[in-house]
Amino acid sequence: MKKNWPVYTLGALLAAGLIAPLASGAAAPGFWLEVLIGGLMAGVLYSLVALGFALIFKASGVFNFAQGAMVLFAALSLARLSEAMPLWAAFALSALIMVVFAWLVERLVLRALVNQEGVTLLMATLGISYFLDGFGQSLWGSDIYKIDLGISKDPTIILESVFQGGILISKEDLVATVIAAALVAFLAVFFQKTATGRALRAVADDHQAAQSIGIPLNHIWVIVWSVAGVVALVAGMVWGSKLGVQFSLQQVALKALPVVILGGFTSVPGAIAGGLIIGVGEKMAEVFFGPVLVKAFDLAGGGIENWFAYMLALIFLLVRPEGLFGERHIDRV
Amino acid sequence: MFYRENGQFKTSYRADQQILPIRQDRLLMAGLLVVAYLVVPWVASDYLLRAIILPFLILSLAAIGLNLLVGYCGQISLGHAAFMAVGAYAAYNLAVRVPGMNFLLVLLLAGVCAALVGALFGIPSLRIKGLYLAVATLAAQFFIDWMFARVKWFTNYASSGSVSTATVELFGWKIETPAEKYLFLLSVVSVLALAAKNLVRSHIGRSWMATRDMDVAAEVIGIRPVYAKLTAFAVSAFYVGVAGALWGFMHLGAWEPAAFGINVSLNLLFMIIIGGMGSILGSFFGAFFITVLPILLAQVPAMLGFNLSVETGSHLELMIFGALIVFFLIVEPHGLARLWAIGKEKLRLWPFPH
Repeated sequence: MKKNWPVYTLGALLAAGLIAPLASGAAAPGFWLEVLIGGLMAGVLYSLVALGFALIFKASGVFNFAQGAMVLFAALSLARLSEAMPLWAAFALSALIMVVFAWLVERLVLRALVNQEGVTLLMATLGISYFLDGFGQSLWGSDIYKIDLGISKDPTIILESVFQGGILISKEDLVATVIAAALVAFLAVFFQKTATGRALRAVADDHQAAQSIGIPLNHIWVIVWSVAGVVALVAGMVWGSKLGVQFSLQQVALKALPVVILGGFTSVPGAIAGGLIIGVGEKMAEVFFGPVLVKAFDLAGGGIENWFAYMLALIFLLVRPEGLFGERHIDRV
Repeated sequence: MFYRENGQFKTSYRADQQILPIRQDRLLMAGLLVVAYLVVPWVASDYLLRAIILPFLILSLAAIGLNLLVGYCGQISLGHAAFMAVGAYAAYNLAVRVPGMNFLLVLLLAGVCAALVGALFGIPSLRIKGLYLAVATLAAQFFIDWMFARVKWFTNYASSGSVSTATVELFGWKIETPAEKYLFLLSVVSVLALAAKNLVRSHIGRSWMATRDMDVAAEVIGIRPVYAKLTAFAVSAFYVGVAGALWGFMHLGAWEPAAFGINVSLNLLFMIIIGGMGSILGSFFGAFFITVLPILLAQVPAMLGFNLSVETGSHLELMIFGALIVFFLIVEPHGLARLWAIGKEKLRLWPFPH
């Protein structure tokens, strides 16, 4: 435990940065809380996308760059299908599409690339991502579409008695948080309690050992890509109803990368914790730290949330290379 | 029948260790250089030079740079376009702020700037490995993108944030027409490619490869990982920085920060994967493939008589590009350089298979 002091130092620094605007009186408590809550909710959404990454990496060792494209594709399918049918049917159909997609990926790509190096697999998923982008947009069109979840977008004001002016909270964000929490709970049960979940964990631990006790790797891959596809669908649904379904959704998904490395590639709780840390850190930095930077260096506008998450993850990795919850490994020759 | 080394005896270590030990290879290379210097500038049209050959040469240089890091030292980087940007903006600032500086010096210093930044962002590689490092290098990509877009000093306080370059002059020679640019680029690329080829044959290159193959073992036999990894990052960023400066001055002419976005980084990675990791020749193959493929994909449907809308065309292009990459990875994961090596091996035995 002696060696953990850098982690504690970093944690303390982060906490100090979090409190600083409040302590220095630069922000009113109500506003600060509002930013914090906004950050937490954005973080939940990042976690949703990051979950997909973590699942696939855990079970197949593939770093799935196509997760962003999957989110976009799923959201596009849902948006276009929901124009013709009720939302639940569109959701079911989209989930089916994602399962078929997972099956195709396993059949056509992964099976042919067994035992390749990590970077080759990463490149293959990049190829998949290009393909999916082109395919999705030629199939479903490339305009901006809406997903209507039937929730009002008007913000509600809470805690009016405690803070002056109260705190603005969008109902949509709340619903998103609930959905994300439900999904995580469902996944936790699925992984811990079902036979399939046990098989998935076995594969994640050791491919060869799992195979030798009769777990069919190919099935497992299809299952895990399907689960990741459904997670992508949920993420796409929530993001899409918030931002509209459009190409830029992919950029949002790219933000999930620092989340997964911060949490540790292989860890589901890591994806959640990482998402929350990144979400809060990013919002706080943009709102409170950005203007300071702009003033100090005479910048042409802020926008530090473009890189803040990555820098945070990078610094974090310097202190703890395997991420927050990643497995520590020992190198042997 | 024509391609074999029978009767070519090596009587000195020098002869044994030369880059192209087979006489036919040397002749081929000499012929290639003669064609490249004497025939291509006269024969190729301006369009061909500008759309394919110039980008191909510059991207080959960038691919060589990335290959030194990824292919030889085994450190994955998804942020190399950022180092291109550093090279390009460094060259721009040097050219604007120090009037009359020799362009070769500008290129060199731009490369050095990129190398310094590269070494800085290489420091995490001492702690982080593999795919974690890949994502960590994205920090370089996004931070540097942002920096050039926001810090006004770098763009010389241009209001739109985009910069443009003057005509390059070298010892009184104005490099203006595509043919002139081509000759200049060809010289730079040949010299740097030769340097890279020799570098990877030297003790530095061998220490990189040892680190790539197994870093713990390399450390045990006395290779300092700090030194090996940081030199790999610095040299790689130097090459990419020079390529970035050339890309800005010779190909784009005027550019904005978005010109060096993450897509460029990914394309560079595609080049070395498709061309062949750990191969200088492969970098050229990969750069050629990635430069020509989009142009072909844009032209082929029109040639076949399909009339596609621009939008459908670009979507189809994405699909075919993605599918081809997956196809290539499945069919030949070691890249075009491996195919080339297999071809040469077959040719040595031809027409008798034994």
